[in-house]
Amino acid sequence: MALTLTEEERAIASGGTGEGAAMAMRIVAETARLMGAPRLLPIASAHIDGALYHGDSGTLFAERLVEGGARVTVRSTLNVGSIDLTGCSKNRLGDHERAMARRMMDAYRRLGCEPSWTCAPYQAGHRPALGSDVAWGESNAVVFCNSVLGGRTNRYGDFLDIACAIAGKAPYYGLHRAENRRARIVFDISAIDPAFLASEVAWPILGNLYGRLLGDAVGVVAGAAVHPDEDALKAFGAASASSGAVGLFHVAGVTPEAPDLATALHHQEPEEIIRVTPEMLAETRRRLSTVADVSAIDAVAIGSPHLSIAEFDRLEALIAGRRLRVPLYACTGRHALNLLDEAGRRRRLEDCGVIIVADTCVVVTPILPEKDGAVLMTNSGKFAHYAPGNTGYGVLYGSLAECVESAVAGRPVFVKEAA
Amino acid sequence: MTATKTVLQADVLVPGSAVRAEALVLTAPISFWGGVNPQTGLIADVRHPQHGVSISGRILCLPGTIGSSSAAAVLLELVYAGLAPAAIILNEPDAILLLGLIVAREMGHAVPPGLCLDKEEFPRFASRVLSINADGGILIEAL
Repeated sequence: MALTLTEEERAIASGGTGEGAAMAMRIVAETARLMGAPRLLPIASAHIDGALYHGDSGTLFAERLVEGGARVTVRSTLNVGSIDLTGCSKNRLGDHERAMARRMMDAYRRLGCEPSWTCAPYQAGHRPALGSDVAWGESNAVVFCNSVLGGRTNRYGDFLDIACAIAGKAPYYGLHRAENRRARIVFDISAIDPAFLASEVAWPILGNLYGRLLGDAVGVVAGAAVHPDEDALKAFGAASASSGAVGLFHVAGVTPEAPDLATALHHQEPEEIIRVTPEMLAETRRRLSTVADVSAIDAVAIGSPHLSIAEFDRLEALIAGRRLRVPLYACTGRHALNLLDEAGRRRRLEDCGVIIVADTCVVVTPILPEKDGAVLMTNSGKFAHYAPGNTGYGVLYGSLAECVESAVAGRPVFVKEAA
Repeated sequence: MTATKTVLQADVLVPGSAVRAEALVLTAPISFWGGVNPQTGLIADVRHPQHGVSISGRILCLPGTIGSSSAAAVLLELVYAGLAPAAIILNEPDAILLLGLIVAREMGHAVPPGLCLDKEEFPRFASRVLSINADGGILIEAL
């Protein structure tokens, strides 16, 4: 079906409200045409992943929009940038890259975006209503928005996210359509020990496996003896969206479009049932680490997605005032940082050897020191996936408790295996 | 006499001017972000069968794209740096990658055409010189 634009949309695209708005509308309309969308639909909000520096052309694009007088027309939060503007952490970008990255972050603010600089906007007060259409970028934010909140978004990439935010419109296709939100595959975890499901590592490991097996298909997790909390769903989604291209998952009895299994399946038969075994999880857990039998670690990184204040509570309790032998990088957003600062908690964590990283994270910008053969320990399925390629560090995967004990000891410390 | 030229018809996804260049047929899908170096135009993914090959100035035939939503940013950077392919032929429309061309056009750059053609046709393009007209007609030049 050919794309039909309204008279107003056509007028905006031809410059009636300024060249910046026109450029944004043309980009949205052209994408709609490419994807076979019949029309555009209004959106309630946007989350913008485009302010991460990949090269000068992205900065010049954002500045062109600013020069053209464009402004976002819906609430728009910003994902991480390449620079920690709070000054909590330092990076190793060259002078030119740092200047262009900063100009890029400035341009997105001038377009009217909120300087949230977090990949967990859903824990920073931006939570779309169930059934509302939005245009979100950043794979973990997309999957959380669709799955846990029931907001409807496709996986919006660079340029299209900001173009939608300015136009206030998005192409009507994909996960905006109710029929495409039906689970086609059942991911049955009823054979998994409830004690393991209650452990912190269960959901990132399940998420990594789910993403690898499902790719971009919509599925439903069924048979969970222990229901995941919000931070567990966040870890599951982030892991699944880095090992696969997952945009939406359901958990029967937990997520809003899956009050029960039959509803998630839209009362149709599943195309496939995957029965998860303890062996599959043990294998997945092994794959998350890229090194084994090392006698020392060089750093610990946590906070992908960005840590919530509840996760900082657990971190503080586990460190219990002890001095860390290797640095522990804790990535978060200002929503949590401000609360830490108010209570004087940031300083106490830093005194123990924690390096808070705000506005950005250790896999998208060079923060970790360069060192041949270095080893990073993490409890994040997403960090485990991206760290080897993006930082050069080998990865050891463990729980938060294991990460903290290892940071205190300066060498890997594992507690009894749960899976 | 026997035909020495073959003509195929592709769908035009993003229009561009006529081009003539050597084809580069990738034998595995690629993620542009992390898979192509925007500063050099070389395939950077060490696990990719065409690792180390330059995509610049070639008619790039892609059996599929995978991975990050930052593919468009890498493609825009390649166009900006003068390192883009001469044309891109996809097996199916990919909004995330082609956005790089759409934005490049908005920024006033000369943009390589983006076409769509069944990947079953790709093997016969390997290392051959192709001429593509503005309507998506593809001519395989005689050896």
